[in-house]
Amino acid sequence: MNGAGLRRLGLGLIPWIGAILLWYAVRWSGFVNVSLIPAPHQVAAKFFELLTKEGLLIDIFASTRRVFLGVALGILVAVPVGFLLGWYRPARTFADPMINFFRALPPIALIPLVIVYFGVDELAKLVILFYASFFSGVIVMYEGVSQITPLYIRVAQTLGANQAEIFRKVIIPLTVPHILTALRVALGVAWATLVASELIAAQRGLGAMIQNASTYFLLDVIYVGIICIGLIALIMDLILRKITARLLIWQDRAIA
Amino acid sequence: MTKRAQFDKVSLSFETPKGRLNVVEDVSYDINDGDFIAVIGPSGCGKTTMMSMLAGFQKPTTGKVLFDGRPVAGPGPERGVIFQEYGVFPWLTVKQNIAFGLTLKANHAATAERDAICDHYLDLMGLSDFANSYPKHLSGGMRQRLAIARAYAVKPQFLLMDEPFGALDAQTRSNMQNLLLKVLETEGKTVMLITHSVEEAIYLASRIVVVTARPARIKEIIDVPFTYPRDESIQERPEFAELRSHIRQLVMDEYRAQQAQMRPVSFSE
Repeated sequence: MNGAGLRRLGLGLIPWIGAILLWYAVRWSGFVNVSLIPAPHQVAAKFFELLTKEGLLIDIFASTRRVFLGVALGILVAVPVGFLLGWYRPARTFADPMINFFRALPPIALIPLVIVYFGVDELAKLVILFYASFFSGVIVMYEGVSQITPLYIRVAQTLGANQAEIFRKVIIPLTVPHILTALRVALGVAWATLVASELIAAQRGLGAMIQNASTYFLLDVIYVGIICIGLIALIMDLILRKITARLLIWQDRAIA
Repeated sequence: MTKRAQFDKVSLSFETPKGRLNVVEDVSYDINDGDFIAVIGPSGCGKTTMMSMLAGFQKPTTGKVLFDGRPVAGPGPERGVIFQEYGVFPWLTVKQNIAFGLTLKANHAATAERDAICDHYLDLMGLSDFANSYPKHLSGGMRQRLAIARAYAVKPQFLLMDEPFGALDAQTRSNMQNLLLKVLETEGKTVMLITHSVEEAIYLASRIVVVTARPARIKEIIDVPFTYPRDESIQERPEFAELRSHIRQLVMDEYRAQQAQMRPVSFSE
């Protein structure tokens, strides 16, 4: 790693160190009952205990897989739907109110219905995550696609491009940035929805772990679960940003 | 001389909430092979609409726009268009932009030939050092040179230019005009240039079509008395100055007429 990279890493670490210090400070300030706030080192110890003895990795894997599948399926559907809505104005007038209606519903409110229709298995959790990813992704897609300027299409036409070539060589490259943004937004929303989806009788998963811990008032376990969700979401976002920067090297704004 | 393009009693109008808006009215003129036509008139008068009909983006309400004797049905590679906003593809490198047209079915070229054409225009437009750069690294003048190179690469017989140098600073603009003259000397094309600069029209064109304020009608068609090749010295000639004051007068009259009939609705030309 070069000097600039080290400096950036250092700058990135400062707020984390600050947060941990603040955490200790609140604990030692005496304003809050100490038994209600496990110390960072206790949470770290719990983390290793869960990791080695309780199979924390299985929970992480279960949750990550759910988020991954939910987002993948959600975006797979959101991309063509969002594209059509953005491209054909009439379709948008037609579907816009509907989409905004469903988007406004918090996934957690749908859980009872999801249980009724999809049971309590893996499918039910996937449905919730799919729902959350789809509606956040479709909005980003159609907002982005509707802003594509017709200039590039006209240019391609004057150079002799047919409809298929315009789609493949102009519209797809212009859509890629919006797909990537939709993916990032959906990923964030899906992690946020994870705990809700795992409220449905999940055996394993970070959300399930938090749920179970709350029943027994295991605050340190709850902290471990929350930190794990945050960290994994952060890592996924970083990876996606790297991919975005690589794919969109031509764009004016620097993303990573 | 063969007629390349013909405007035959062409009119174009829009239906608006405030009634019918005539943009172009009863325009007739021919563009012959090898002509360099400059269309000049007050901004917003509908001169871009004329070009747009020949390019195939808009259809006349009445009358005919013909290219090589056939009505224009849509855009096509035999009529290259240079847009004011350049329209270089930001996701492609400079070289890929030039090669774009050659990768299409309409004018497909083998890789070796494509490379040769790209290198030729990279060199001609002074872009060789930027062959693998993305357009975000180019200045406005370079982007317009790239747009011209890309249009030329598919060998159009006819070039339509919509205020191509309008967004450039004076120095770059004059360099681009000279470059265009130089390229035309070797490549020999028929050109229709939309401009609002009187000097640009006289310096570049063989014939100047002065149009009225909206609706655009033909006010006067003027033959430019200078032969090609031209260089900047013609701008010092007394004929140049005479022509300039004559055309300026025509354009100013139309500009005043336009101010007088100014309506709150505004349309892009």
